[in-house]
Amino acid sequence: MTTTTELPVGALADIPPNEGRMLRVRGGHLIAVFRLREGGVRATQPWCPHRGGPLADGLVGSGQLVCPLHGRAFDLGTGEADGGLPGVVTYPARVADNGTILVTLPEGDAPPFAKPAESG
Amino acid sequence: MPAIADAGTTREKLLVIGNGMAGARTVEEIVERGGDERFSITMLGDEPYGNYNRISLSNVLAGSDDPRDIYLNPLDWYDENEITLHAGVRARSIDRFAKTVSTDDGDEHTYDKLIIATGSSSFFPPIDGMFDDDGLLPGVFGFRTIDDCEGMLSWAENASRAVVIGGGLLGLEAARGLLERGLDVEVVHRSSRLMNVQLGDGAAQILQAAVEGLGITVRLDASTTRVVGSERVEGIELADGETIACDMVVVAAGIRPNTELAARAGLTVERGIVVEDTMHAVDEDDVYVVGECAQHRGEVYGLVAPLWEQAVVLADHITGADPHAAYHGSKVATKLKVSGIELATMGQSEPEHPDDETVHFSEPRRFVHKTVIVRGGKLVGATLLGDVGKVSFLTQAFDRGTVLPEERVELLFDLGGPSVEIGVAELAEEAQVCNCNGVSKGDIAACVRGGTKTVSGVMKATKAGMGCGSCKSQVLEIVEWAADGSLEDDPAADYYVPAIPLTKPELMAAVRAQGLKSVSAVFAALAEEGEVAAVKPALASLLRLVWAGEYEDERDARFINDRVHGNIQKDGTFSVVPRIAGGVTNVGELRRIADVAEKFEVPMIKITGGQRIDLLGIRKEDLPAVWSELDMPSGHAYGRSFRTVKTCVGSDFCRFGLGDSTQLGIRTEERFKGLETPAKIKMGVAGCPRNCSEAMVKDVGFVAVEGGRWEIYVGGAAGAHVRKGDLLCIVDDADAAVKICGRFLQHYRENAKWLERTYTFCERVGLEELQAVVVDDRDGTGERLDAAMEASIAAYTDPWLEAARPVTPHQFESAVGPA
Repeated sequence: MTTTTELPVGALADIPPNEGRMLRVRGGHLIAVFRLREGGVRATQPWCPHRGGPLADGLVGSGQLVCPLHGRAFDLGTGEADGGLPGVVTYPARVADNGTILVTLPEGDAPPFAKPAESG
Repeated sequence: MPAIADAGTTREKLLVIGNGMAGARTVEEIVERGGDERFSITMLGDEPYGNYNRISLSNVLAGSDDPRDIYLNPLDWYDENEITLHAGVRARSIDRFAKTVSTDDGDEHTYDKLIIATGSSSFFPPIDGMFDDDGLLPGVFGFRTIDDCEGMLSWAENASRAVVIGGGLLGLEAARGLLERGLDVEVVHRSSRLMNVQLGDGAAQILQAAVEGLGITVRLDASTTRVVGSERVEGIELADGETIACDMVVVAAGIRPNTELAARAGLTVERGIVVEDTMHAVDEDDVYVVGECAQHRGEVYGLVAPLWEQAVVLADHITGADPHAAYHGSKVATKLKVSGIELATMGQSEPEHPDDETVHFSEPRRFVHKTVIVRGGKLVGATLLGDVGKVSFLTQAFDRGTVLPEERVELLFDLGGPSVEIGVAELAEEAQVCNCNGVSKGDIAACVRGGTKTVSGVMKATKAGMGCGSCKSQVLEIVEWAADGSLEDDPAADYYVPAIPLTKPELMAAVRAQGLKSVSAVFAALAEEGEVAAVKPALASLLRLVWAGEYEDERDARFINDRVHGNIQKDGTFSVVPRIAGGVTNVGELRRIADVAEKFEVPMIKITGGQRIDLLGIRKEDLPAVWSELDMPSGHAYGRSFRTVKTCVGSDFCRFGLGDSTQLGIRTEERFKGLETPAKIKMGVAGCPRNCSEAMVKDVGFVAVEGGRWEIYVGGAAGAHVRKGDLLCIVDDADAAVKICGRFLQHYRENAKWLERTYTFCERVGLEELQAVVVDDRDGTGERLDAAMEASIAAYTDPWLEAARPVTPHQFESAVGPA
């Protein structure tokens, strides 16, 4: 069974409402973190499973994320994609009282999200 | 004479005489239906090869196919399917009472079921001197088998002048092939027109001109009476006594069904072996006939498509897969395989009934001729010569009797508008419709069949049409086709955005009435389901239009391009296009661009179609520094906005220039730069009607005409869709051109749907209406439009100034946090 750790990844003030930022975590690995206008934060894998679009640059609304490259849409809570397409991995995320964003990630090396090949 | 026993099996014996395309295809169909379990199959073929595609012999002769590539079933195929093939063996007689077939190698084969697929042979008209004691005179060839073909090829190596007897399909293909081999070729044809079976007079004349244009001599109404030469061919003699010298003759005077075997066996034979609808020989339960040797309802076919249809019926029947299968005859369509000439025909070539409709078009100079014949609203014949673009559509209509367009001219041409070249019904299931998102026709149809009955629903679920949008009309057609009349009304189609049930004018009114100045405020007040990410940029655009400088800008409502003022690329980097108004630059700008490209190791520097310079592959974090060092304003090559004005050299240097297009282009671009619009706006200004800057195919184009006047074109396009702009008006000077342009743009901004390009907008609204509003000020709205435009222009700031003062935290960072 994989063990997990909750890690501080940045400050809430780093992210404007309803936008995302790509955050470097442990060992230089990346995750995408989003701040919802209605409150709370969400964290996902950094690249779109379709063609490797930078998800943090996507549009966000009502907890839905739209990839900037080809418009694939994902539920920020579950990671599921519209239309039954491949989804994204999400991580539990919350904001501490001091404004620090905490994300629960698997132990060991950071999540292995290779950016899909450009051709692919 | 021993009968060959099929040892060790209780399977019925199926014997097939003929290993040509009909015989082999029929056996394939039988095997596919599990017939190999019921039958042990033996085939006799008089050619010593596996089965090949006879149709491709023309290509082999012309050198475009290798003989090895035309085999349909190599010898392995027979082994794999446990089919016993006797190749190079000819059937000599059938005893249908003893159920045996004897062959010329002395064997006798018994059968339970017999299929006769003996095909046909070249017809050699009675011409003196054509045969010697050993067969055809050396140098004389039929054109039917791979042996014929190889014989022709080797003979042609030492020949210089060939006569082809017969100007039908095969004769022309043979002539073209020999021409390719470097021979002088003359076609001698008995009829008064080429391809007289398939073509009417008009088409035949144009075909003749096209054939002659290839360098082939054509002689009509010419009957060959004698082949000259004793050891080898030296020429031919015609009925009028004239002699044509040649060292090669190809006889392509038609084919005759091979029926002797069947006739001797006592089967009913007329022109071909007569068959029932089940493909049985008349009154024979155990004998089937298929292919060119079969005569069905008086017709003998010499083409491949009917043969496929017959094979299916025969296989259904003999295997019991469908005991009621019946062949009802085939509709005949054919294509000429002569490189340099495109010709497709189907059905009849000329009207036969008094009330047949004929539509035809003829353009002899380009060797184009098109005829369609319609009877009772159904297509019964078509000839397409020189331009076969509509052939798949017409074939579909011909085969299935589908409804034809009311405007019959659409049978011949694709008219303007975002046309769908091939009807959606005939599009293959796997054909990719949306090239951006890789959605096939089958994907769309499956979504509809899965219960989604609105266009917007299908687009959302499949992503079809959600990329560049150029396939939307085709997606719509496929949804309609797949729904087959059960399409639900989609009120959302008229909404400005799906999330808010209001049209654009209604939404603008609501926004004004309730004082909604930000996207989040609009969602809160008007959207039941809350924010919808994908439509935020559309609302931002509308709010900026309504409120201009009073708009409350929320950065999350912007697409990434408008957050960082560059166009996102597939690898997440951005492109940087500085404004070079009118495409006119100078040494300082060029030097700075070069310096920046060098310093930031820009992977690609590209001259764009809009006369600017694109620096591609810039990392997000480098954007501010790149802009600062360029010290040039944004070219807005990323937004739904006014982008660029392309100009020609104009009157300063050009010998032909009538107006100062360069200066007007710069002025126009400086005025409207970066203006928020429903879809991007690209303009052009041409200094004379030569249109070097392509002004007539821009969203708005100015073209100088004599007397200092300017034509204004709107709704042009030369992207995913191509359309010449409509001439909105002609104005007396540059000031008036800029003013009308502003009014048009403002009217478009207020009335176009989100992402609706001007070419769609202009067609939807209509030119007369646009002229009434924009030029004639029919509604008295001119001044208001001008004022609204002025307000928007006044609200403009160069977004690249954000280089010095980012608006949001980490706005220009690819990733945040310790590296």
